[in-house]
Amino acid sequence: MSRWFARALRPAFAFASAFIIAIALAAPLHAQERVLPLNELKSGLEFNGADVRNLQGDDFANPGMLWVERGEKLWSTPAGAGGQSCASCHQDAKASMKGVSARYPAFDTQSRRLLNVEGRINACRTEKQKAEAFKPESEDLLALAAYVNHQSRGLPVNASIAGGAREHYDRGRVFYYTRRGQMNMSCATCHEQNFGKRLYAETISQGHPNAYPTYRLEWQTLGSLQRRLRACLFGVRAEQLPYGSQELLDLELFLAWRAQGLPVETPGVRR
Amino acid sequence: MADARIQVPQSVKRGENFEVKIAIRHGMETGYRVDDVGKQIPRNVIRELVCKYNGAEAMRVDMSSGFAANPLLQFWLVARDSGEITFEWVDDAGTRFAERASLTVSG
Repeated sequence: MSRWFARALRPAFAFASAFIIAIALAAPLHAQERVLPLNELKSGLEFNGADVRNLQGDDFANPGMLWVERGEKLWSTPAGAGGQSCASCHQDAKASMKGVSARYPAFDTQSRRLLNVEGRINACRTEKQKAEAFKPESEDLLALAAYVNHQSRGLPVNASIAGGAREHYDRGRVFYYTRRGQMNMSCATCHEQNFGKRLYAETISQGHPNAYPTYRLEWQTLGSLQRRLRACLFGVRAEQLPYGSQELLDLELFLAWRAQGLPVETPGVRR
Repeated sequence: MADARIQVPQSVKRGENFEVKIAIRHGMETGYRVDDVGKQIPRNVIRELVCKYNGAEAMRVDMSSGFAANPLLQFWLVARDSGEITFEWVDDAGTRFAERASLTVSG
């Protein structure tokens, strides 16, 4: 082999090694490493203006409280073949549901699946009450979820990724860091690398799930976290996953882990 | 099902002003929107809301598409006698709603 040939190959080697380094950088981050340290987490509320913050802070003016109140009535309304209400088993939600939603999404060891609060409510309805499951984003499901989550208001988000939840967490994490859609953006592109900056009139938040179901002024109604996630997918022109899909659930768990320690704000108000 | 929340003070002195608040859960569909297949969504807003204080009309609102969904109204009344503050409203679909709150006037 001539010296000329070796010299010609040098850039190729340089290119190859650069390529290998690039692959190493693109490989999934260490599975439990936090890009946003816990002491730098900011609720989405802090990225909103004073008017929105005041609306959420006033328990009468906060429109989400209309759903919380409706949920309180539904809690003790019998449903299904057994004529049982939520209160028949769980008694007073103010005591029995305190802190519960802060641990969700949670892995259900009996059915071996990950459940968010909405999923748990529907599991209770179909399995215990023998009633029909609520449709996604239906007023009654939102009202009950808001009522249950409201009982944890002020308590820190603390979802477990141990045991059966681990594989869901791992998949949620991969989803979060995967670029998708015609815009070729991942969740992290906005919510980890560019939060605090502006997208036209919007200030990009860190994308935490601690205030859901949330009243969005844009929606003029209460909506679930999955509705918000679907809106994000639409925003980057990616495939909108259906409500209740496993990908969205796994992502919800990753988001809850990522927001660990932030106080639950349900019902939140956002732009 | 609860479609509104009303807030009045628990007790108020005779002759004093007090604030009344009502928040109503209503979509206030403007009639200008179309659904996913391009069909116009019919208008359904609260048309008229009447507040009565012990049976006498205290306030009336003519509402329209310009109101946001889930409207919140705040206004002041003068305390005269203990009794009830009632609200009645009707929307374009013809549905009638009513809610009430009781008020104690002292002195």
